[in-house]
Amino acid sequence: MKNPVRSLLLTELLSGMALTLKYFFKPKVTLNYPYEKGPISPRFRGEHALRRYANGEERCIACKLCEAICPAQAITIESEPRDDGSRRTTRYDIDMTKCIYCGFCQEACPVDAIVEGPNFEFATETREELFYDKEKLLSNGDRWETEIAQNIALDAPYR
Amino acid sequence: MPKLTIDGKEIEVADGLTVLQACELAGAEVPRFCYHERLSVAGNCRMCLVEMERAPKPIASCAMPAGEGMVIKTDSDVVKKARKGVMEFLLINHPLDCPICDQGGECDLQDQAMAFGLDHGRYKETKRAATEKYMGPLIKTIMTRCIQCTRCVRFSTEIAGIEEMGLLNRGGHVEITTLEKAVNTELSGNLVDVCPVGALTSKPYAFNARPWELKKVNSVDVMDAVGSNIRVDVRGREVLRILPRIHEDVNEEWISDKTRYITDGLSKQRLDRPYVRVDGKLKAATWDEAFSAIKEKLSPLKGNEIAAITGNLNDAESMLALKDFMGNLGSSNIDCRQDGAKLDSSNRSAYLFNTSIAGIEDADAVLLVGTNPRWEAALINARLRKRFLEGGFKVGMIGEAVDLTYEYEYLGAGPDTLKEVASGKNSFAKVLKEAKKPMIIVGMGALTRKDGAAVLTQAKTIADKFGLVQDDWNGFNILHTAASRVAALDLGFVPGEGGLDVDGILEGAEKGKVKAVYLLGADEIDTSKLKSAFVIYQGHHGDAGASAADVILPGAAYTEKNGTYVNTEGRVQLGRLAVFPPGEAREDWTILRALSEQIGEALPYDNIGQLRQRLIEVNPVFAAIDQVNSNVWGDFAKTAGDLSSDPFKVAIENFYMTDPISRSSETMSACTEQFVLGKEQGVTGTNG
Repeated sequence: MKNPVRSLLLTELLSGMALTLKYFFKPKVTLNYPYEKGPISPRFRGEHALRRYANGEERCIACKLCEAICPAQAITIESEPRDDGSRRTTRYDIDMTKCIYCGFCQEACPVDAIVEGPNFEFATETREELFYDKEKLLSNGDRWETEIAQNIALDAPYR
Repeated sequence: MPKLTIDGKEIEVADGLTVLQACELAGAEVPRFCYHERLSVAGNCRMCLVEMERAPKPIASCAMPAGEGMVIKTDSDVVKKARKGVMEFLLINHPLDCPICDQGGECDLQDQAMAFGLDHGRYKETKRAATEKYMGPLIKTIMTRCIQCTRCVRFSTEIAGIEEMGLLNRGGHVEITTLEKAVNTELSGNLVDVCPVGALTSKPYAFNARPWELKKVNSVDVMDAVGSNIRVDVRGREVLRILPRIHEDVNEEWISDKTRYITDGLSKQRLDRPYVRVDGKLKAATWDEAFSAIKEKLSPLKGNEIAAITGNLNDAESMLALKDFMGNLGSSNIDCRQDGAKLDSSNRSAYLFNTSIAGIEDADAVLLVGTNPRWEAALINARLRKRFLEGGFKVGMIGEAVDLTYEYEYLGAGPDTLKEVASGKNSFAKVLKEAKKPMIIVGMGALTRKDGAAVLTQAKTIADKFGLVQDDWNGFNILHTAASRVAALDLGFVPGEGGLDVDGILEGAEKGKVKAVYLLGADEIDTSKLKSAFVIYQGHHGDAGASAADVILPGAAYTEKNGTYVNTEGRVQLGRLAVFPPGEAREDWTILRALSEQIGEALPYDNIGQLRQRLIEVNPVFAAIDQVNSNVWGDFAKTAGDLSSDPFKVAIENFYMTDPISRSSETMSACTEQFVLGKEQGVTGTNG
């Protein structure tokens, strides 16, 4: 008895339409990516970068703690004394295809040199482009320094 | 034999031990910085404090003799608090620069701060800083890190025997210094090892690697005939450093600078592919081309027209393979004595360091003949010095008057003096006669001469006449300079019946009698005499032998192969493969095995196990790994010629460059400039 009545009055259709109408007036959640982007946390772990000090000196001192802690063994470092006698890397490679973005490297770094910045848009067309070397990482650092510094400052009270 | 209680455990220890040693025997760990088993007790770091019952305060266990009835606690609250306090004081002036310190990861201070220190620092005031000191091309100093344990000062004065190092000033201003002089000892690398912090680190290894990245392989050194036990640290395909391994009977826990710092030589000047000489120029070739070039030249030759000479760094396996190969070709012109030493291989005790290195400590008189042990075998010299410091040890020297770091009686320069001693006319003859356990050490400087055989006879006469050989004591010693020499003599790598020795081979090659010469890593010969002969050089470095060669077969250096070595005292030790040989290079015995398949008969072993079996068949001593057997003292050196009266010369002119590996090392050439040439080069107006 009930079912023919329900079918006849199209109640299910109407309730469906009502739901559609409800969402029509609610604020939209869809983003028009890439023109719109969602908010990200200061702790967001995105693309890696090597930072510099304000005077332009690279921060990394080749202590190799990030290399040691890396669970995916994505980091390769070679080091030797620079002409002024300071300890510096001659090679700092991250294989971004191996990296699992755990953030241990930035936790281990005693000088905040290696960081995972807010950039998540670094997809490439070839695998080879994801083998980052020191030059690439330093240029990432230069490009994102403002955001990275701000994120570190925001997160500082919780560390 | 005092009996004491340590952490509730009763233990009886030998007389003369300290509380710290007793604690170690009882299995209780006591942290320490200044205390070192092989150095005198300083007692200045205070890290080893333990609690003793009925003592008003904790005691420094390293400086307190173990006494009857002591009750020691090593993990009570008092001890823990004392350690925390000491650690906090030590860290007051120690910089927090572990991330840039080369000691990081293998630092005593780091480890003990983690295990026994506070979890945070309370010190907020300024730290002391000290200026860097110059200590030569091998040691880098960062003196701010120094904790003034004085291990380095004690090592250099007690073991190395140099007085330049010391502690200046007092209190907070105290500093280690060498007064800006390079540490001039062949044992200086050990300063890096004894330093518990990162104040003294290795200069060539600076910032190269972290200890956790390195693969560690236990091996044996071939830079001299001591056969020091070493640990080869490898990353990837590169040997990054060499460290000593403890072997009480050989090197204790020290190694010489040459052993430690030749690592960069292992990757320079390498032969990494075969070469064949075409129209007077060496051209890169494949193995097949090299082998067929050899086949073409060797096949028409008769056995006695072919000769082989082995070098100083070879393993026993490759030398045996070469000996068998030459045997198959019907040649008896084989020799291992590149320097022409007149060694008698008929009796094993005639060419060994029979007393054994540890045995030096029992001796009470020694006669050194034509040798400078400081350069020929730095660790044997360190043993001699150790024995000398105990007292009641008389040293006589015939040969060049060199600085041995201990006092000796200079007897004369040449064989005439040796003759005088042998006939009892010299005053030192009386010393030898009265000594209970006298020794004679004959060096290569005395045996590589034309009259070497006669010198050996005189040495034997002295040994027989003055009771150097007794039932449980053999004081007759030959000090070799080549790591492969004893193994070669054990294998009988000497001219067979009617065969030519090194001089004969070179002369024959010059005159055209010897038409082909096989050099297995032999670089210390006069290669200009080989011009008219067909020369095959098998080795790992482009040195004298390779430049004279017509065919070069690239072999493996000692870190790149599993090999057996016999040191000067006749101890058989195994070297282990740490990295693979570069490029096309192969392990040496496999090259000879492959070559034998092409020419003559294939050698009867397919793997190293079978080859080692064959080694043992040839000479059973190769079965006794790491043992020194006493050898029967018999008749040898009977054919004596006339002694010339020329003075003995030392066999090694430059400690830092004795073989192809050390000659290609930049570190070694820096050392040569600093320590060997530096003495002669006066500063002139032109070089500043």
